[in-house]
Amino acid sequence: MSTARSRGSAQSRTPVPSFGDFLEAHRAAVYRFLSVAVGPSDADDCFQETFLSALRAYPRLTDGARLDRWVLTIASRKAIDHHRAGGRRAVPVDEVPEPREGRAAQPPDPTDLEDPLWVAVRSLPSRQRVAVVHRHVLDRPYDEIAELMGCSEATARANVYQGTKRLRELIG
Amino acid sequence: MTPADLHLKHLAPAADADRRAREAAGRLAVAAADRDLLDVAVAPVDSPIGELFVAVTPRGLACVAFEDEDRDAILARLARELSPRILEHPAAADEVRRQLDEYFEGARTRFQVRLDRRLIHGIALDVLEATARVPFGHTTTYGELAGKIGHPNAARAVGNALGSNPIPIVVPCHRVLRAGGALGGYAGGLPRKEQLLRLEGALAV
Repeated sequence: MSTARSRGSAQSRTPVPSFGDFLEAHRAAVYRFLSVAVGPSDADDCFQETFLSALRAYPRLTDGARLDRWVLTIASRKAIDHHRAGGRRAVPVDEVPEPREGRAAQPPDPTDLEDPLWVAVRSLPSRQRVAVVHRHVLDRPYDEIAELMGCSEATARANVYQGTKRLRELIG
Repeated sequence: MTPADLHLKHLAPAADADRRAREAAGRLAVAAADRDLLDVAVAPVDSPIGELFVAVTPRGLACVAFEDEDRDAILARLARELSPRILEHPAAADEVRRQLDEYFEGARTRFQVRLDRRLIHGIALDVLEATARVPFGHTTTYGELAGKIGHPNAARAVGNALGSNPIPIVVPCHRVLRAGGALGGYAGGLPRKEQLLRLEGALAV
């Protein structure tokens, strides 16, 4: 905290907001991300884990800028760990239910986990699923997705591309 | 590749996510407190002098603020001087709320809550300690208080210290008046000071 470096950048630093304000500012994006990245039934648990991790690390923050990226990085890790941990891991499927008549024109029912789009999303490898959600649910740019997932921008693009392609193949 | 036709956004409709996020965030404070990760719990407390805002830490009550004080400035100060790990957690204020309720109903003349004095600095520690000993229904003056803490000529410094009292009502700085009986000042505004003194029967109705 008292290193020359942190003193030197003191003027450009944004004060760290109270955790309550931080939570209020970012809870919706994190929840939305997790709802699709791990599914609605596990989103709550992952949400709590994400913000508890953030709370644990919070006193060590020295800069309040770009905390949206910080918390979405934690959420991305939780989502990937969640898939890795197994429990409700995505099961790769060879077949998904037949697309319903005219479903391409119809938005899915978010609560209907048998909806072909949900089935297809669940079948994605975890990193592809996370990347696709950042890109197509939260509309994040690729350089940011790379930062959130700790990979190169090219890898982020590839994950989004492969994931989106697979979704298309699965739901026709 | 345009994914709009995939309707991925519809899997988590924004309004729905907002509502569920709000509910999940509400549960977070309990989980945080259970894990000793909550350094400052803040909560509203209803009162006849307007909604109060209290901050409670594991050490005790750190702050009581009136509704027209700048909430953002108070939170920024709590974050800076205590910890940024601040969450709204009404249950943490239950004991303080109960005692304040009793006080405003006239059923309590002494608060028995632990205080976190980390927002009180320097001479204010002495001034507010002496203030805390002024009993319910009684008043003193800035000058008398200055004498009590051994600085008889420091009435002005005493006034400043009282003005900075982070725990009004519970540390009863409203019981300190100007010599001659004028109300003096009050961070919560003079009407509130008068109201508290009337409630205690320290001013003629």
